[in-house]
Amino acid sequence: MVGKEEKKGWSVGQMAQKAALDIPDGSYVNLGIGMPELVAGYVPEGREVIYHTENGLLGMGPTPEEGQEDPELINAGKKYVTAIPGACYFHHADSFTMIRGNHIDICVLGAYQVSGHGDLANWSTGAPGAIPAVGGAMDLVAGDIRIFVISRHTTKEGEPKIVQECTYPLTGKNVVNTIYTDLAIIDVTDKGLFVRELAPGITFDDVQKRTDAKLNQYS
Amino acid sequence: MINKIFASPAEAVEDIFDGAVVMISGFGEAGSPIELIHALIDQGAKDLTVISNNTGSGHVGLAALIAHRRVKKMICSFPRTANSKVFPELYKNGEIELELVPQGTLAERIRSGGAGIPAFYTPTSVGTPLAEGKETREFKGRSYVMQHALEADFSLVKCKAADRYGNLVYNKTARNFGPIMCTAAKTTIVQAKQILELGDIDPETVVTPGIFVNIVVKVSKPAEESKLVAEDRRYPW
Repeated sequence: MVGKEEKKGWSVGQMAQKAALDIPDGSYVNLGIGMPELVAGYVPEGREVIYHTENGLLGMGPTPEEGQEDPELINAGKKYVTAIPGACYFHHADSFTMIRGNHIDICVLGAYQVSGHGDLANWSTGAPGAIPAVGGAMDLVAGDIRIFVISRHTTKEGEPKIVQECTYPLTGKNVVNTIYTDLAIIDVTDKGLFVRELAPGITFDDVQKRTDAKLNQYS
Repeated sequence: MINKIFASPAEAVEDIFDGAVVMISGFGEAGSPIELIHALIDQGAKDLTVISNNTGSGHVGLAALIAHRRVKKMICSFPRTANSKVFPELYKNGEIELELVPQGTLAERIRSGGAGIPAFYTPTSVGTPLAEGKETREFKGRSYVMQHALEADFSLVKCKAADRYGNLVYNKTARNFGPIMCTAAKTTIVQAKQILELGDIDPETVVTPGIFVNIVVKVSKPAEESKLVAEDRRYPW
């Protein structure tokens, strides 16, 4: 029965589309590696959004055509990208000035866990013997940039990813603004987690059942 | 007459000594000065502390320097990537030290080192394991963690074009750590694809002013790390 229910909800593309709808025209946006990258494909018509990649490019364009790849034109995930007309390059201190100094408007990230008060864990599972690697994750959440998390609601094993308290090492405390999952859009507020939108065929109780932290409904 | 141009990578890295702190530019292969690193392997300096965002791929460039046991400590933000094999193995065996630094903090520590600022406060990593044991302080009701500047004995940097004064321009996202690393070392060594006459780089577009650069060497056709890794090449050839 649980398996049947899990087939409901939004596809990964629909999750990305939901996040893209919440990005206003004229925004400067940093997209994390993986699922967040899909958001770029769903910018609504009539909006202009500029993508920042923290290795030193503002105005990142789509993947190049085969044969046009340039090993010196890559994104933070070290994948080949292009630069749009009007793009610019800069060094790392300037790039993180854009991030830490709150010049970027929105950052879309993946997550291992998000807590009921918006703590984010997305850099390490803390497993013994793992090689720790952090990259720019902690810098991206350190300022006042709006942080969107896009993630499946539960792990492959069905464990909740939205938890009362993160058990994995934190990336930042009280940093997440909105969570986009296959089941719902959830806002993180001072008064807790509020479900803003449910995926088709999903009830509030379905979502709460798969969430360790307490959820609220907007009245 | 000022002429910072050296004849070969070997001459450029000649003075790097055992125990030196060496910054190496690059984000993955973009901007990694692979010919200078290979010259350093040939030169033989050991017990190095290397500051670089990653730890290299396959068995060339920085990964080869580590594989030859020349590096006792890495200071970096992301020590593993899809093709990094050498560092993870040594680290698991306890044969190399690691200081893990958030990427923006790494950049700012280098920038500060070059700017004569010994330490600074940043919001990055507050409340996480990477802030443990570090001094914190409140400003305007928010917590910040103190971070120390990074300085180096040598920086190895790759750029697109240079002149004999050491003015530099870079190529696309290969710029990354180059400009700040040039400022933070006692001796900055640069490999450039092109050497231009004085005045041929528009003063308005110079990215690294020559005052930050000590040695320039021309490497007109730098190796592409990803191709070497795909062919499983190992340095020395």
